[in-house]
Amino acid sequence: MLERHQVDHVARLARLELSDVEADRMATELSKILDHIEAIRSLDLAGVQPTSHVVDLVNALRADAPHGSLTPEQALAAAPEPTAAGFGVPSPGQGAE
Amino acid sequence: MAAETEYEPVIGLEIHVQLKTRTKMFCGCELSFGDPPNTHTCPRCLGLPGTLPVINAQAVHYGIMIGLALGSQIAARSQFHRKNYFYPDLPKGYQISQYDVPLCSGGRLGEVRIHRVHLEEDAAKLVHAGSSGRIHGAERSAVDFNRGGTPLAEIVTEPDLRSAEAAREWLTLLRTTLRAIGVSDVNMEEGSLRCDANVSLRPVGSSELGTKTELKNMNSFRFLAQGIRAEVERQTELLRSGRPVQQETLHFDPASGSLTPLRSKEEAHDYRYFPEPDLVPLEATAEMIDAARAQLPELPSARAERFAGALGLPAERARELAFRPELGDFFEVALAADAGAEPAALANWMQTLVERLGDGADPASSLVTPQAFASLVAMVSEKAISRDAGREVIELLVAEGGDPGTIVEREGLGAISADDDSLSAVVAAALAADPAAAEQVRSGNMKAMGPLVGYVMRETKGRADGGEINRLIREQLGL
Amino acid sequence: MSSDLLQLSAAQAAAAIRAGEIDATELFAFYRARAAADQLNAFTWVAEAAATAAPAGAPLAGVPVAVKDLFCTEGVPSQSGSRILEGYRPPYTATVVRRLAAAGAPLLGKTNQDEFAMGSSNENSAYGPVLNPWDRTRVPGGSSGGSAAAVAAGLAPWALGTDTGGSIRQPAAFSGIVGLKPTYGACSRYGMIAFASSLDQAGPLTRDVTDAALLLRHMVGRDANDSTSLELPEEIRLPRRGELHGVRLGVPEELTGSAGGIDSGVRASFEAALAQAQALGASIETCTLPHAPHALSAYYIIAPAEASANLARFDGVRYGLRVAGDTDLDTMYSRTRAQGFGAEVKRRIMLGTYALSSGYYDAYYGTAQRVRTRISEDFRTAFSAVDFIVTPTAPTTAFELGAKSHDPLAMYLNDFCTVPMSLAGIPAISIPCGLSDGLPVGLQLAGPAFSENALLDVAYAIEQALGFDGRPALSAGGAA
Ligand SMILES: [Mg+2]
Ligand SMILES: [Zn+2]
Repeated sequence: MLERHQVDHVARLARLELSDVEADRMATELSKILDHIEAIRSLDLAGVQPTSHVVDLVNALRADAPHGSLTPEQALAAAPEPTAAGFGVPSPGQGAE
Repeated sequence: MAAETEYEPVIGLEIHVQLKTRTKMFCGCELSFGDPPNTHTCPRCLGLPGTLPVINAQAVHYGIMIGLALGSQIAARSQFHRKNYFYPDLPKGYQISQYDVPLCSGGRLGEVRIHRVHLEEDAAKLVHAGSSGRIHGAERSAVDFNRGGTPLAEIVTEPDLRSAEAAREWLTLLRTTLRAIGVSDVNMEEGSLRCDANVSLRPVGSSELGTKTELKNMNSFRFLAQGIRAEVERQTELLRSGRPVQQETLHFDPASGSLTPLRSKEEAHDYRYFPEPDLVPLEATAEMIDAARAQLPELPSARAERFAGALGLPAERARELAFRPELGDFFEVALAADAGAEPAALANWMQTLVERLGDGADPASSLVTPQAFASLVAMVSEKAISRDAGREVIELLVAEGGDPGTIVEREGLGAISADDDSLSAVVAAALAADPAAAEQVRSGNMKAMGPLVGYVMRETKGRADGGEINRLIREQLGL
Repeated sequence: MSSDLLQLSAAQAAAAIRAGEIDATELFAFYRARAAADQLNAFTWVAEAAATAAPAGAPLAGVPVAVKDLFCTEGVPSQSGSRILEGYRPPYTATVVRRLAAAGAPLLGKTNQDEFAMGSSNENSAYGPVLNPWDRTRVPGGSSGGSAAAVAAGLAPWALGTDTGGSIRQPAAFSGIVGLKPTYGACSRYGMIAFASSLDQAGPLTRDVTDAALLLRHMVGRDANDSTSLELPEEIRLPRRGELHGVRLGVPEELTGSAGGIDSGVRASFEAALAQAQALGASIETCTLPHAPHALSAYYIIAPAEASANLARFDGVRYGLRVAGDTDLDTMYSRTRAQGFGAEVKRRIMLGTYALSSGYYDAYYGTAQRVRTRISEDFRTAFSAVDFIVTPTAPTTAFELGAKSHDPLAMYLNDFCTVPMSLAGIPAISIPCGLSDGLPVGLQLAGPAFSENALLDVAYAIEQALGFDGRPALSAGGAA
């Protein structure tokens, strides 16, 4: 049902490194779950509006009033690679958004 | 041999505008520019676990103002989505943006139709930090979240532009419009206005669209035109040599003026949009739309039409004043000062004033008041001072401010009137000093007038009226 | 004295403190000692002392509360059961925890949970499984298993949990205590480390219904920090109802029939509870929720989809674990997430990413959202004929550790009866209704949105009539 190359593609989208063994097991497990889930695709849902919220609220807006900010020390307190310029990361190659 | 196919560029723009709110799109951190890294952050805009976004009402207000200024339809109900991708400048792993139901749809500015305007949050700033000493040999970057979460309006046009120059001009009009309504600083160099371009080519006369490329990183008006021009040339060459255009994203390098393709990733466009469950829908009520409309000033294009129509300014001059709202405002206050200056004369002298103030300066923040300016122009019109003296007074007004009448008196710049005997005497002296020129004028060579007039101007320090000098020379030469 | 303290419910303890009969500091120290001696692995962190003394006259009078790990607590480890957040101490505190502290309930400790609240057994914690105080070879349920076990074993007077598809109700059932999932939006989610944003709700895990009402009263209300939170139409009252005349209880065929896999012991307790309710004057009616059998499928698309985005922020840049920080960016991301997340979390991220990915959105996510609409409509229709819906909370009693951990689908089926209410956003409570082979059975009652007061009243009446006073053998439970 879910093939190995699809698992590899999704793992890449989700930034999850999977070993060969893990990827194979994932393909099996996800296929089993999807088999079960796919029953809903046979329901007649023509004309049914999708629900993304159950709360009946609109316009939860905030006044444009400033609150205090963290100090750089507080902001970087839990960072794996704090630097004076900010949160250190390996440089991304070109190809970003 | 058949004639080479003529191609026509088809250009659409995608513009990101940073909104001039006090705080960020979804948190209360103050907006900043140029502050030390990570001094404007909070748990929300750092994407800490457990935090939730709350929409800034002022950003919505500005979004609606933009929509109204561009003649868009404001959606009765719009929705935010999550746009999912991984990048260090994106703290939550998704950008909160609008997708299938944007705040504004349709519209037009000048000759270009607007496709949509939506709200979203800006990414943070990623700075290259070079090779790290800490981690040997590895290229490092650092993320500064000060900019992260700044409210953005993304404006997408229809592909209605046909040249690099037209794109640049239209973007100028857009910038002027956005600046006039006061929603953004719209500064390309500082990044509060950013413009990507979609470029494709098609044979002239065809109505089909060719394969387009997306041009990024053109962070000035000059670069925008330069980038589009380069891409049009590149695509023309490809098509002429029978090779297809690849759909890709190109990065403009300001240093070389060239375009380089970004490494394409198979999933680059799989953003897995879905409705943002942490926010509820946005309903633009009649009150919200009325409030936005009430704050819209006269738009630059309408103002230019009024300057040309009702005030009779030449179209070009009318646009110059209307497209720089600060000039238009100064002009209108000066006109209202009722000093007796004609609109056309005021508009002409505005040019002199702008030259003296320097490029881009706002006259309202100079020492020259609109009233002083207006009375100066009136003095010239009434021939109370000469044009040259007028220029001199402007220079003094720019340097020290004050009242032009006082300056004229103090500096002795008042015009020497025709019935002033001293002017006749200076003219006589000029004829005596250059008898050769005088003879030439007498024999009909009017070009020889120049040195004679120049002599008088020098002697009177420019206070004499040119026409009057002319008249006196002719009179004394018996012409 | 100590054993006397243990006999008091939280509401009784608060009253005793107010009456000057016991001292709040003494009560805190008593529970602190029990929590610190925890042998069930229910706690991941225990406070040294109450952070602040309860103000005089505070409604919760200083009775301490145990809090599920995923609630952010300033300066205190908040790891959501995950290795990727090991040692993480947030710079702010979740709204509900702040509200409880302001009402006089100081933080006692943080409780173990399934990683990022994904699980029904508490075996998915990076900090080890929690043991069921009724039988330490069994699971306490999940994902709020630490909170449930702590309350059941008397290691805490009461506790906070969260419920996304049953994560308060099911562990309450497995542990023989009361667990309430409020109407979606009743409690602020600000500071709750998110699993599935459109479903997550905080709620109380307590020894009885009165305690649940008391704790909930001080949790609810609109919070400007959470756009999806709202004000309840009325204040939460303490329950007082003694009979059920005129109350119509609906038993949905779809959830209580053969599809749910309800075992016989659970069924027997459930039916005995219904008989009790009838004796109190309630009418028991059959009702129908036609789409309820599909709730589980919709849930296992919607929740993982939202989770796949909610968990994208764990990328090794700003906080938490980082692996391979000196290689290229994508390797850093992929290895950090591979080593930081456990198997179940990875499975759900994969499932959710797949369901949202290009070409599959409509087939999965779009369909699931439409099923969700149908399920809400089913409940609305049902509530025009009955006042409340009753089901067993879970199809079985607590199962043995390891029994289902290798079969994800079997594990998911635990949520069969609890997930429909989550998708509809309606309130539901689980109360203990008896024992089966010495293990507690939960009765679930669900009502329309914002019916918390009426729901608590009915649950209270049944609780009083059932007189369930089962407790695990406490000497063998938490403290020695
Ligand atoms: Mg954008
Ligand atoms: Zn912020």
